[in-house]
Amino acid sequence: MNPPADADVSPAVLTVDGFQCLIDELQRRGYRVIGPTVADGAIVYDDLASVDALPRGVGDAQDAGRYRLTRRDDEALFGYAVGPHSWKRFLNPPRLKLWSSRREGDGVRVEPAPEPRQPLAFIGVRGCELRAIAIQDRVFLGGRYVDRPYDVRRRGAFIVAVSCGTAGGTCFCTSMGSGPRAQGDFDLALTEIVDAGEHHFVVEVGSDAGREIMAQLPSRDATSADCRQAERIVAATAASMGRSLPAEGVRELLLDNLDHPRWDQVAERCLSCANCTMVCPTCFCSSVEDSSDLASEETARERRWDSCFTTDFAYLHGGSVRATTRARYRQWMTHKLATWIDQFGSSGCVGCGRCITWCPVGIDITEEVRAIAAAPARTGGSDHADGHAQD
Amino acid sequence: MPMSDPMLPQVVRVLRRRRELPEVWTLEIEPASDAAADAPNFEPGQFNMLTAFGVGEVPISYSGDPQRSQRWVHTIRAVGAVSTALTRLRAGDVLGVRGPFGSAWPLAAAEGRDVLVVAGGLGLAPLRPAIYRLLAQRRRYGRVTLLYGTRSPDDILFRRELERWRRRLDVDVQVTVDHAVGDWHGHVGVVPALIARADFDPARTSALVCGPEVMMRFTLAALRTAGVAETAIHLSMERNMKCAVGLCGHCQFGPTLVCRDGAVYRSDLLAPYLPIREL
Repeated sequence: MNPPADADVSPAVLTVDGFQCLIDELQRRGYRVIGPTVADGAIVYDDLASVDALPRGVGDAQDAGRYRLTRRDDEALFGYAVGPHSWKRFLNPPRLKLWSSRREGDGVRVEPAPEPRQPLAFIGVRGCELRAIAIQDRVFLGGRYVDRPYDVRRRGAFIVAVSCGTAGGTCFCTSMGSGPRAQGDFDLALTEIVDAGEHHFVVEVGSDAGREIMAQLPSRDATSADCRQAERIVAATAASMGRSLPAEGVRELLLDNLDHPRWDQVAERCLSCANCTMVCPTCFCSSVEDSSDLASEETARERRWDSCFTTDFAYLHGGSVRATTRARYRQWMTHKLATWIDQFGSSGCVGCGRCITWCPVGIDITEEVRAIAAAPARTGGSDHADGHAQD
Repeated sequence: MPMSDPMLPQVVRVLRRRRELPEVWTLEIEPASDAAADAPNFEPGQFNMLTAFGVGEVPISYSGDPQRSQRWVHTIRAVGAVSTALTRLRAGDVLGVRGPFGSAWPLAAAEGRDVLVVAGGLGLAPLRPAIYRLLAQRRRYGRVTLLYGTRSPDDILFRRELERWRRRLDVDVQVTVDHAVGDWHGHVGVVPALIARADFDPARTSALVCGPEVMMRFTLAALRTAGVAETAIHLSMERNMKCAVGLCGHCQFGPTLVCRDGAVYRSDLLAPYLPIREL
């Protein structure tokens, strides 16, 4: 996505009918349009045929270990926070064939898996999710080796972001600087306004592709009053967030406290179920599985999401390097908040709160950081941590 | 312009298979087709991902001579399904290869210095390419010492080669076993204990260490006691590995990814994390 070439892209106002035109236009251009919809009592991301598939008038109640859909007293299309799905399931699918092989004579021929033909369009990408995509971009595209399956899906993706008009019960994006305003790499960014019989979207254009699409839609220029109203909505969301993580020093805090007693304490609650890693929009770990037919004529390698909470994850010579839940929880949290910075140049956390909501026992990552910060002890990793901080 | 896919293995053939120990085999395979044919096409310390088709893929270090670019040599212990399938391949059979991956032993930086090679068990295999190069370019280095420890005399890897190197007058080769049996007349005990007796100048020594993690921890402590600088000690780490290109997350060790930042590390980068259990 390139920023729009000329600066003359003032915000526009799109009606709900205009929103249907947006979906139509994306489909006409060959995109597979994906967005939020209700399934199994949750907001999930799935193919969208029309604006009617969006969760109109649906809200949610979230807390540690708790998620319920609610009925709003308005007809908002985006009046809820993020659910269990994130966009990684489309950019890096949970199961993906990498290649297959076929025996030919006394040799073997390896065939790469077919690539998707249809570009993706994401509707309703929140600020925290834009940040999550940017973080996965650095993991999959920013290193010496580029992940081809991610690259082909990501490159053509069209992103319609939505700034949040409601803070979820476990959100802490304000403290992570990732939301609630949609900022970063989007094609269009919407703020939904549902107020006194009014229902429309203030649209910010973020790319040439976004501007081209907008030109096809029935819209009017946004007035300064429209823009101020959008700003007020986002500011109110930011102010209503109940949780936070410290902006600075978490990396050093955790690496200096690798043997802190809190790890034993959290391990007594953690079920090592891997839910947090599945719902996290940045967790990217994967494993591979090879299969073959009975005659070994044809074989295939499939990649699937994996989690550092499984004992197989760090299996080496007959046992797991991280045999205890204590070690596995510590690996997850220190990777997310500390060593991710060493590996990929930023924190791996965006403040979306999914790991808190979907933890069956309600472990709260912000509370775990606070507990260690309340009684820190220098127990390890500190030399390296200090050395790195001075780099 | 299609971009190459680092997850796609190349199909190569086994040139030769040799049994080293009851469960340890050495495979000589064709190099990947995109590797240089007439120049060194891997660095000592690097590894490949080897695929037994239909079974799976595992990381295996190079164990052969980097000057012999026409064949890639890997020494494999049959421990799991994939490594067992690999060790059953015969000359002419096909396998998949991706690589070379990972960092290298710092042999250029060690020129002009004493070099101390400390290996435990199968850890001698990833060090053998470095030993070949040290011996091929013997005049560039000071004293060269190889300390090798293994469980018993029956577990000594590359025994004939060790004996050949031991006959040379310009290399000090010491072998120790944890448990002596039969007619063993050599050292008995763990390999770090040999460091105190070895002849090297700690102020100008580079140490290359590979073996089980507990052996490397004790070796590191013995090298520190001997006065070798932390920045002159390199060790090769091992972790579960699936992709070898920094994309799967499996091989994390502290702030590093073993496939990307290792497997050969300067020890001062690992020192804070080595003592942490289950990291």
